[in-house]
Amino acid sequence: MPDSTLAHAPQFDDASQQRESATFGMWIFLATEILFFGAMFLGYTAYRLAYPAAFAAASRHTLLAFGATNTAVLLISSATMAFAVRAAREKRRTALTVRLLLTAALGVLFLCIKGFEYAREISEHLLPGASFQFDQPYASHAEMFFYLYFLMTGVHALHVTIGVVLIAISGFRAWRTDAFMRNDTAVDLLGLYWHFVDIIWVFLFPLIYLVERHS
Amino acid sequence: MNREPATNRFLFTAGALLGLLALTVGAAYVNLGPFNTIAALTISAAKTVLILVFFMEIRERSPVIWVALATGFFFFGIMFALAMSDFLTRGWK
Amino acid sequence: MNTETRELPMTLEPRANYLNDGHSIRSWLLTTDHKRIGLLYMVSITLFFFVGGAAAAMMRLELLRPQGGLVTSALYNKLFTMHGVIMVWFFLIPSIPTVLGNFLVPLMIGARDVAFPRLNLVSWYLFIAGGASALWAIIAGGVDTGWTFYTPYSSTYANGHVLAMAAGIFIAGFGSIATGLNFIVTIHKMRAPGLTWFRLPLFIWTIYTTSLILVLATPVLAITLTLMALERLFGVGIFNPAMGGDPLLFQHLFWFYSHPAVYIMILPSMGVVSELIPCFSRKSIFGYNFIAYATISIGVFGFLVWGHHMFVSSQSVYAGMIFSILSFLVSIPSAIKVFNWTATLYKGSITFQTPMLYAFGFIGLFTIGGLTGLFLAALAVDVHLHDTYFVIAHFHYIMVGGAVMGYLGGLHFWWPKITGRLYCEWLAKLAAVTIFAGFNLTFFPQFILGFMGMPRRYPVYAPEFQVLNVLSTAGASILAIGYLLPLAYLLWSLRYGKPAGANPWKATGLEWKTSSPPPRDNFANAPVVTEEPYNYDAQAAELSLEENSHA
Ligand SMILES: [Cu+2]
Repeated sequence: MPDSTLAHAPQFDDASQQRESATFGMWIFLATEILFFGAMFLGYTAYRLAYPAAFAAASRHTLLAFGATNTAVLLISSATMAFAVRAAREKRRTALTVRLLLTAALGVLFLCIKGFEYAREISEHLLPGASFQFDQPYASHAEMFFYLYFLMTGVHALHVTIGVVLIAISGFRAWRTDAFMRNDTAVDLLGLYWHFVDIIWVFLFPLIYLVERHS
Repeated sequence: MNREPATNRFLFTAGALLGLLALTVGAAYVNLGPFNTIAALTISAAKTVLILVFFMEIRERSPVIWVALATGFFFFGIMFALAMSDFLTRGWK
Repeated sequence: MNTETRELPMTLEPRANYLNDGHSIRSWLLTTDHKRIGLLYMVSITLFFFVGGAAAAMMRLELLRPQGGLVTSALYNKLFTMHGVIMVWFFLIPSIPTVLGNFLVPLMIGARDVAFPRLNLVSWYLFIAGGASALWAIIAGGVDTGWTFYTPYSSTYANGHVLAMAAGIFIAGFGSIATGLNFIVTIHKMRAPGLTWFRLPLFIWTIYTTSLILVLATPVLAITLTLMALERLFGVGIFNPAMGGDPLLFQHLFWFYSHPAVYIMILPSMGVVSELIPCFSRKSIFGYNFIAYATISIGVFGFLVWGHHMFVSSQSVYAGMIFSILSFLVSIPSAIKVFNWTATLYKGSITFQTPMLYAFGFIGLFTIGGLTGLFLAALAVDVHLHDTYFVIAHFHYIMVGGAVMGYLGGLHFWWPKITGRLYCEWLAKLAAVTIFAGFNLTFFPQFILGFMGMPRRYPVYAPEFQVLNVLSTAGASILAIGYLLPLAYLLWSLRYGKPAGANPWKATGLEWKTSSPPPRDNFANAPVVTEEPYNYDAQAAELSLEENSHA
């Protein structure tokens, strides 16, 4: 193991213990995120089962083209992130820099599309609150759907934003310093986080955009 | 370190994910009754497995990490099942 | 006190340890030493304890007379909210895990520090930031929702600083998650060579399980409070019945966290008791494996029972039945522990030193608290007892009689290790007895009051309840004195206490194999574990051998 010769923090015996601890910690964090998002998925399920027709009617008002494009963007960004992790492991600094910045750019693209989508929906009076308008008889329960929509995609977008910032910073660090050439754990952890955010979206997408599309 | 297989693996995974995306959108336009939702969630689960296996390399990680991940899903399942035991069995609406 | 006690500090060798490793404020506030962070927590939660206690004192004074009159009804609502929020989130939940846990986890497993020392410090700052927000909410005018923040009252109708209070809990919650994550990784990855899972001290098992709960339940609390706050901010939200929302969803999510939170409080105390009982009976613990497994199963079962808080909430009766049965089941692993502690005492050479008094107090009071919990887990009985003083008495027997007794017992047990000094034993015994007597006088009458039908959270009550209320308030005064005593003699011991030596209790466990107070890096030589935990039988043989050779 070349790992044992690497620098490590004083509380650890060697670099591989440090790496294993950090990775394990990240996975525990992801487990907490399952519960964090899980509470919202629970609320969604309870209300969708209670108000199926209103949720179907509301879902058909979501902008599927935006949603599907964004799904593709996020899935591709996961791939570029996986390539970035690979580059870090192979100690290829230029490739790492390019791939991290590409991933961050795709994240920004996702947020831009999401922003345009939000703007359209707000202009169509779909933002819950005083200005909300929806055809009867589903108005109040459709408002619940859109509340869940803005809530869950909003919290997800917050996670994407955090990811974009961290990935962009790492991209610049990879470009300017050789920190990741000495220790690539941080890139690996960032990758795990980014893929997890992708997985959340993979479940959000059909629950928001694809409810009873056929009728 | 062999570069080629990894590259192919990532490209294949990305392709499969995009294919599943197309499939899930297409399936939504076919009336399958209650199976629309089941199909959509199954496809999401399949995508999750692809991401976990090929991007997050879950198989190469230590068993304790599998346990950590499973624990997260398990306790989400507990929350979901017991809360639903209330929402689905109420005698009143 | 004899005179030589006062002389001794002068001759104390200023050996390098974690306490004299830097004296500046900076060296404390920016420390990454788990032992110093434990002390930072100790000081902070002690402050919060007395803030929460002050609110309780005001309430008990108000309840001296049936018609009240000391405080307004509105202020009374704010007092019980403040008492609940401060005591639950800023004292009980952090108490043993962050103070004793931080101090002991690396020591007990033979590590130099936790896995992520800087994250550990960040946890404390999050705790302080959250606490500051909660205190600000109190000073700025208070919150009257009760510590449970039930919607739609909290989200729509309540006046006061609900948002600041919820933000405080939210921020402190992330501190909790980080602490739990840190401990889990530390216990998995940093154990000394030879320290297998089934050689771990039972305290570590309980901290591990507590950390699991912190990590799995706290995120749900965080999102739940966020949803409540959003509803309050924007007037629309997912618990809002006008949109088809269900306030019971809030209760489900809230109690998904808050029932396991009871185990966050009680499990570490059980861990402390599992350390104290063998040490002061000079016997190895009875049924180590059973206690370890019972610890984990309490942690898991704790997630299955939250609906027992909602029996009269219009929750489905079928769900109520499921939650009732599961609540009965969770008592089994707790009972296993009580049986094992009792069996450990059997034929032991028991000494009644201060920590052991607290351990006995814990077993007795926790048993009463647990058994009365079964009353409340029974659906029909709960209809009568719900929201009465019976509930108050029940959970105070668990949280004060159980959790706080365990914390104080642990504090007295490891105080010599933490500070290197011994406290005044007879004063400490006096305090332990005072606390036990004051506690029972405060809360036992509340069982009767609740059974007679006195509802909780009212500043006035029917005149026939007065005698028992006066008894309760009298008990609370004794309890208050009992709590002030340790504050006095423990602080006194810092300067005037006798030097403790490495192992004043002749206890087993790695933390006693290093000096008191321990050096910055915990151990002069990296420890290797070759024996089972609580090996008091072998230790007794060794000690008598030594004595013989000296003779
Ligand atoms: Cu409970």
